[in-house]
Amino acid sequence: MNWSLIIYCGLITYLTRFSMIFLLKKDIFSSKIKKILSYVPAAIFPAIIFPPIFLDSTGSLDLENNHKIIASIFAIVVGYLSRNIIATIFAGLSSYWFLIFVV
Amino acid sequence: MNNKLKTLVKGILDVSPLMIPVFPFGIIYGVIGMELGIGPYMTVGLSIIIFGGASQIVLLQLFSAGSSSLVILSSVGAVNSRHLLYGAVLSEYLSTMKLTWKIILSYVMVDQAFAVSNSYFKKNKKNKNKHYHLLGAGLTCWTIWQISTILGIFLGSVVPEELGLSFTISLTFLALLINDFRKFKNIIVMLVSGIVATIGFNFIPFQAYIIVSALSALTVATLLTLTEIKKK
Repeated sequence: MNWSLIIYCGLITYLTRFSMIFLLKKDIFSSKIKKILSYVPAAIFPAIIFPPIFLDSTGSLDLENNHKIIASIFAIVVGYLSRNIIATIFAGLSSYWFLIFVV
Repeated sequence: MNNKLKTLVKGILDVSPLMIPVFPFGIIYGVIGMELGIGPYMTVGLSIIIFGGASQIVLLQLFSAGSSSLVILSSVGAVNSRHLLYGAVLSEYLSTMKLTWKIILSYVMVDQAFAVSNSYFKKNKKNKNKHYHLLGAGLTCWTIWQISTILGIFLGSVVPEELGLSFTISLTFLALLINDFRKFKNIIVMLVSGIVATIGFNFIPFQAYIIVSALSALTVATLLTLTEIKKK
C-alpha cells in the first residue's frame, strides 16, 4: 500500500460525489426524470441489503435456517406499522439476537 | 436558536440512529487495517481521504489479495459510482449553492447523510438554509467514522463477531426504506435491485454489483413511470 494509491482512490471517490452536484444545473431534469430519480434510494439500498442477508460467508445462497431473513421480515413489519427508523433497526437486531442466542 | 443552527442540529439528530451500526463497522475496519499491517497512519488516512466504509474495506481486501493498482482503482470507482446517482438527486436542491458549499457538501455526502437529507429536502424545499441539514448529518457520519476507526486501531476487536455486524448494516438501509414499502411500484424496484445484487454478487467483476443492480432497478422504474404516464 502506498499513499499515492490512497490519494487516487480518494480522488475517484470524491469525484463520484462532487461531479453531479457540480455539473447539473437547476431544473435540468424534466418532471419525468425527476420521478425516475425519486426511485434512487429504492434502486440502490436493496443491492446493499440483500447480499449479506441471503448469501453466507462463502457467497452461496443460504435460504434454510437463515435467521437474518426471519429477523428482516420482522423488522419490515415493525417498520411498516411504526414508520420509525430506530424501532425498525432494534426490532431486527433484537429478533436476530433472540433467534441466535435464545432459540 | 437561529434557522441555520436549528437545521444543522436537525441533520445531526436525524442521522444519529443510523450511526448505531456505523460505529462497530468503523471499529472492524480499524482492526482489519492493523491486521493487514498498513499501520495506524494509513488506516486513519484512508478514513479521512476516502471516507467511505465499503470502498475502504474493498480496497484493503484487494490489496491483501495482491491485486494491481488498476483493479483496485476500478473497484473503488465501481463501489462509489452510486454517489453519481445521489448527486443527481440532490443537485435539484444544491445546484444554486456557492461552489465552496458544493465542495464541502460533496465530501460528506455518504449513504446515510444522503438518505436523511434527501427526505428532509423533499419536505422543506422552502428552507433557505436546508444545506445545513446535509452538513450536520454528514459531519456526524464523519466524526463517528473517524472515532470508530481510531478505536479499532487501539482497542482491537472489541465487537464479538457473533453479534452479526454485517446484518446491522443491512438493517439500517432497510429501515431507511420503510416509507417505500407502502407503494407497490417501489417494492418491485427494490426486489429487482436486491435480486440482481444477490445473483450478481459472485460474478460481476470489480465489485460493480451495486451499480449494475441500481441501473437494472432504475430501468424497471423508468418502464413503470412511462406506463403510468401513458395510462393518464
